[in-house]
Amino acid sequence: MNTRVNIAGVELKNPVMTASGTFGSGEEYSEFMDLGCLGAVVTKGVANVPWPGNPVPRIAETYGGMLNAIGLQNPGIDVFVRRDIPFLRQFDTKIIVNVCGRTTEDYVEVVERLADQPADLLEINISCPNVKEGGIAFGQDPKAVEAITREVKRHARQPVIMKLSPNVTDITVMAKAAEAGGADALSLINTLTGMKIDIHRRTFALANKTGGLSGPAIKPVAVRMVYQAAQAVRIPIIGMGGIQNGEDAVEFLLAGATAVSVGTASFHNPMAAAETVRGIEDYMRTYGIEDVNQLIGAVR
Amino acid sequence: MTKIREDALVLRQDALLEDVFSLWIQSEAIAAQARAGQFLSLYCREGSRLLPRPISICQIDRERGQIRLVYRTVGAGTREFAACRAGDRIPVLGPLGNGFPEIDKDKSALLLGGGIGIPPMLEAARELACRKTAVLGYRDQMFLKEEFEPFGPVYVSSEDGSFGTRGNVLDAVRENGLTADVILACGPRPMLKAVKEYAAARGIECWLSLEERMACGVGACLACVCQTKDVDGHSNVHNRRVCKDGPVFRAEEVEL
Repeated sequence: MNTRVNIAGVELKNPVMTASGTFGSGEEYSEFMDLGCLGAVVTKGVANVPWPGNPVPRIAETYGGMLNAIGLQNPGIDVFVRRDIPFLRQFDTKIIVNVCGRTTEDYVEVVERLADQPADLLEINISCPNVKEGGIAFGQDPKAVEAITREVKRHARQPVIMKLSPNVTDITVMAKAAEAGGADALSLINTLTGMKIDIHRRTFALANKTGGLSGPAIKPVAVRMVYQAAQAVRIPIIGMGGIQNGEDAVEFLLAGATAVSVGTASFHNPMAAAETVRGIEDYMRTYGIEDVNQLIGAVR
Repeated sequence: MTKIREDALVLRQDALLEDVFSLWIQSEAIAAQARAGQFLSLYCREGSRLLPRPISICQIDRERGQIRLVYRTVGAGTREFAACRAGDRIPVLGPLGNGFPEIDKDKSALLLGGGIGIPPMLEAARELACRKTAVLGYRDQMFLKEEFEPFGPVYVSSEDGSFGTRGNVLDAVRENGLTADVILACGPRPMLKAVKEYAAARGIECWLSLEERMACGVGACLACVCQTKDVDGHSNVHNRRVCKDGPVFRAEEVEL
């Protein structure tokens, strides 16, 4: 049985990764699983300098999901390179570094700092709904998506994954723009912008007022967008949004994703990502699938 | 220390008040490692509720391998736990967080608990070898008070003055002229803020157990941060994680 998949020339032992921002740099979850069982660990977004993030409360549970407005708190690339990359190097898994920034120059600075680092792939976050500048400012305009993709690609040593926002009218326009800019792969979806009001305190549940909705509540939206994007571009897609187990992951593969990320599910079950790997294998055994690649985009 | 994730057997559950419940669960592995001031994440069975509920440890019975949690029902998740009966199982993760510091046995400690911040002070009262005085602040209904009595003097306050000192825990501290070498406190944010100022003005060593909205409970998601005076080593900004670096902090270390 083959579970290996290939993203832009990087071979993953299986198609399961962690979704950026839900898994830190792996250290906290390494107490619950061997990170080496995952296809890749995708780190929380890192910027050129430390970011303090948003005020609390930063999260709120919603029906079948959650809102977050962490605000991309991160220790900055210096600490990240010194501490987090060496930590991840101990495990037999691929390292995907998620990069965030306020300006194109910020992104480029981080990408250049990572050039001589043992990161396997870069994931460029142009879709965070929780910071005013950067992030989503780039992700909702196809010209901006293409321009920043091109600029990042010009400086990147590793293959570049562009992480797209679902908060757009037509995901295929953004997917094509990233492909035109030279992206090697796409990640989708980031969170959907949402809001929760605490009716007892008569105020917003999040200090940021709005936050990004994740969890099983958004899975059908994510599957639809992965399917649409897969029809529109030739580059591989990493699908995410509400994946809790192997069956959910298979749904994304069938829709056209080459790999998948487990995110919010890790909060509900710290072993969720590892169990998703086993769940995909169980599905393959049940249906006599020899190669996981047979599942990718099999439903048209 | 290893964090244990298991479906813990419910041994008994009692309502202490209409909205405060006492839950005993069996977990040898958690009980063997846990200490006062730590907490457990409890997970809902109902799949629409994804996030664990952090609940402080009220009592540890290491001999029997049992843990007691006393919590208030504030929403559908805690109401789900309150409906559990002996023989049911609840998915739990723990022990989590750092817990209260040890205090030299020649010293004296004031244990200040406000509302649902009272339960973690009970295990602190049981574990600490020093002389200790408990001051418990209630809205209008008492719970757990008599269980503190074997461990030292107990003072109470009530917001409506129906028992003890009218007002909050600090009013009770002042009215009874209480002092100590160390203060440990858990309760609502305004209370902790006042306790911090009170201790700072008198030069008393003070530790606060904080509460914040959490998602992962293990330090990965950065939801439950607390602002700190100095740049923190992990975050590299002025933020520490309540779930992992806390929930107990030196009072002067955190900005409330």
